[in-house]
Amino acid sequence: MSLLEITNLTVGFDTEDGLVQAVRDISLTLDEGEILALCGESGCGKSVTAMSVPRLLPPDTTRLSGSVKLDGRELTTLPERDMRQVRGKDVSVVFQEPMTSLNPSFTVGYQITEVLRRHERLSRQAAAGRAVELLELVGIPAPRRRMKEYPHQLSGGMRQRVMIAIAVACSPRVLIADEPTTALDVTIQAGVLDVFRDLRDRLGTAIILITHDLGVVADIADRAVVMYAGRAVEQAPVTELFANPRHPYTLGLMNALPSAAVNGRLAEIPGMVPSPLTDPDECAFQDRCPRVQDDCRAARPSLERHADGHLAACFHPGGKR
Amino acid sequence: MLWFILRRCGSAVIVLFLASVLIFLGIRVLPGDPATVMAGEEASPAVVEAIRHEFGLDKPLPAQYLDYVGQTLTGNFGRSTQDQLPVIDIIAERLPVTLELSLLAMLVAIVVGVGAGIAAAVRRGRLADYVATGFGLAGLSVPHFWLGLLGILLFAVTWRILPASGYVPFTQDPAQNLQRMILPALVLGTGFAAILMRQTRSAMLGALSADYVRTARSKGLSEAKVVGAHALRNSLTTVVTVLGLQLGALISGAVVTEQIFVIPGFGKLTVDAVLTRNYPVIQAVVLITVIGYVLVNLLVDIAYAFLNPRIRLSGGTRD
Amino acid sequence: MTKLWRRFSRRPMPMAGLVLVVAFVLLALIGPLVTGDPAAQDYLATLAPPSGAHPMGTDDLGRDAFARIAHGAQVSLQAGVLSTLLAMVVGIPIGLVAGFYRRWLDPVVMRLVDVTLAFPFLVFAVGLAAIIGPSLKGVVLALGFSQLPAVIRITRGEVLAVREMDYVDAAIADGAGDGHLIFRYVLPNCLNPLIVQATVAIPGAIIGEATLSFLGLGVQPPTPSWGVMLTTAQQYLSDAPWLAIWPGVMIALATLGFNLLGDGLRDVLDPRSAR
Repeated sequence: MSLLEITNLTVGFDTEDGLVQAVRDISLTLDEGEILALCGESGCGKSVTAMSVPRLLPPDTTRLSGSVKLDGRELTTLPERDMRQVRGKDVSVVFQEPMTSLNPSFTVGYQITEVLRRHERLSRQAAAGRAVELLELVGIPAPRRRMKEYPHQLSGGMRQRVMIAIAVACSPRVLIADEPTTALDVTIQAGVLDVFRDLRDRLGTAIILITHDLGVVADIADRAVVMYAGRAVEQAPVTELFANPRHPYTLGLMNALPSAAVNGRLAEIPGMVPSPLTDPDECAFQDRCPRVQDDCRAARPSLERHADGHLAACFHPGGKR
Repeated sequence: MLWFILRRCGSAVIVLFLASVLIFLGIRVLPGDPATVMAGEEASPAVVEAIRHEFGLDKPLPAQYLDYVGQTLTGNFGRSTQDQLPVIDIIAERLPVTLELSLLAMLVAIVVGVGAGIAAAVRRGRLADYVATGFGLAGLSVPHFWLGLLGILLFAVTWRILPASGYVPFTQDPAQNLQRMILPALVLGTGFAAILMRQTRSAMLGALSADYVRTARSKGLSEAKVVGAHALRNSLTTVVTVLGLQLGALISGAVVTEQIFVIPGFGKLTVDAVLTRNYPVIQAVVLITVIGYVLVNLLVDIAYAFLNPRIRLSGGTRD
Repeated sequence: MTKLWRRFSRRPMPMAGLVLVVAFVLLALIGPLVTGDPAAQDYLATLAPPSGAHPMGTDDLGRDAFARIAHGAQVSLQAGVLSTLLAMVVGIPIGLVAGFYRRWLDPVVMRLVDVTLAFPFLVFAVGLAAIIGPSLKGVVLALGFSQLPAVIRITRGEVLAVREMDYVDAAIADGAGDGHLIFRYVLPNCLNPLIVQATVAIPGAIIGEATLSFLGLGVQPPTPSWGVMLTTAQQYLSDAPWLAIWPGVMIALATLGFNLLGDGLRDVLDPRSAR
């Protein structure tokens, strides 16, 4: 049994224009100490998938079905009060925007000790001591001084590290990192990724890394799930994925990397993501696929096994690269 | 932070200076002889002369201003033309009354206004929100002296549970004092509460949709903590600013409220003084109001700086 | 323009506000022509309750309350509009000057604005009434004065914002003079926030006039004003409670109308103003 099991998860939102299906029938697993990357372009449903685990989606408008099990325990039906026990302690989140994700009116120290005192019965001093250790863990120099500082006094990279410190404070089983490096300079990115690697090695934390940056995926992830229009279109261990991408979308993403540029021109995937309001029984990628044929419009391809741990949903998958 | 306070104090002093000049000149702009004006229309020539001498009205203007400042700082505001009593005494008697009324009204306004604003923001789009917003609009539109009249009509004339007017000093009889203050404080506080409610609601809505609230929730904090600590804390600056801005309205409102409920306060003193052309009193009253107003705004600015860490730490530039 | 109207007309509240405002203006303009004489005294029917002849009753001198309400609307409208106009006519030039000639005049102007703000409206109105005597003129002056800071701030703000714009640099490079800049760029930008400001100021002015008149510091009898009617109402509160109702309701409706209208206009015209 895996640490985290997501089975047939479907998430939709009630909007003025109707029910928007953000995630359609996704299943994936996460093991201890594993770094799983959820990748795809904006709007493919990767954030929504991840946020379904701690249930941080807007309560009034979210329509969720399927199962999310942590250590065998079903999370989707937990009463809110119990869910609050899970958040911050078993499952925690590092958000995308370090600038705005920290409360500007409270000190860094307060925001870290807050989560510590919520979940572990620590005295104020003990919590403060632990907070200093956490700041050291994430590589922030002069941690004792930082405790009294406010978010606006820190640089973007440091704020992100503080967010990580808050997220790992109570040694969570699963850490969800939502585009943790997107808002940062490339030079800082490497440092943040090192922190994640370190956490995985030292604490055995399982990490779900949401990103659209395949470079980050190659750098740090063990396995990757490629999502498109709310569905998983390919899943594989990272080395296998980069060696043998099967789904045309995955191939398109890799070709779009600057490193794959030919004659100084970036390859792009033409066309746009289909509307999330409809869900016809056909391949969602057909309008943009270079390998599209008639059967792609007749039915939706489901995930098929191609090799050990490698799944792809395509009627005409690519061969070896 | 210290620099900030000093700069604001400096600003306040300049404003006070300019205001005092305006007030000083105001009296002397009137047609006719200032001494007669100040002595009142029924005063005998001898009294007029005494006033002229006492107030140095035969001296050149700048010297007069200096006298004026000196006198003000020593609390000498002259004598009321109504009854020749020292103005300072009259003020000392009336001011606490208005202060009590204003404080009670502010209390009502904060409790009701901020409370309703938070409730409306947290329960956005639901009944509580509509009720609170409706109340907010009504409070802004209804002239509160009319509200006072209606209040009297309802509570005093029709139901007879509260007295229609009058005042009993707190030191004399606390129960009676409060009973007479309930309606005026409610009436005065309502308009203010409406404005506070709107501002609090909008500030809280902004805070509740902010990223840091999402972070707070992801920590598993209770909803009370998320709303009460994280969201509210960041809305306080707006609330405090509004408080400061609306103080002028509160003072104006007190004047009218005292008129309706016949409360012998500072406000009523002002109106009576104007109607009877009691210039020494008018001058003193206006000056004291301005001083009070500037002081409170200064306090609000300091409170704002205190609440906003960015300014607190950098000794900030505000505009 | 039509696009704005479409966005505006979709919302019920601001439309209701528009209806109220139009009704108010119509009442003020046409009402006095239609109703009876507000000054006609009828000693046989003093403090009469509402009836066919006098739909809102009569006051202590037998004057028809309905006629007085209609005429009072005119007074309120005058107070609201004239004071706002005054504030604009005086405030816009000051704001422009402060924004354009930043180095010398701006600090001076801002200090003066601070001083103006130091005088709560009523105190200033009171002082003014003391000097020139109570009158509608005084009320308008006091109200206009109290709106000055806002108008000056808005205008000055627009000048400063426009100055930063690239197209202004381009225009200046082409030889545009200050006047051209003002009329072509600054004033059109000011229009929206100033309109919104007006819809906020007018209800305040209506209530302000009513308050001052209520206190006896504004419009003097026998000129009817909603505030003055309430003074009478207070005196005869137990004998003729109906007198207290209509003037207040009218003030509330007129003010509510402008407030709703203002909210709607602000959402459509000037969404960035924080409220």
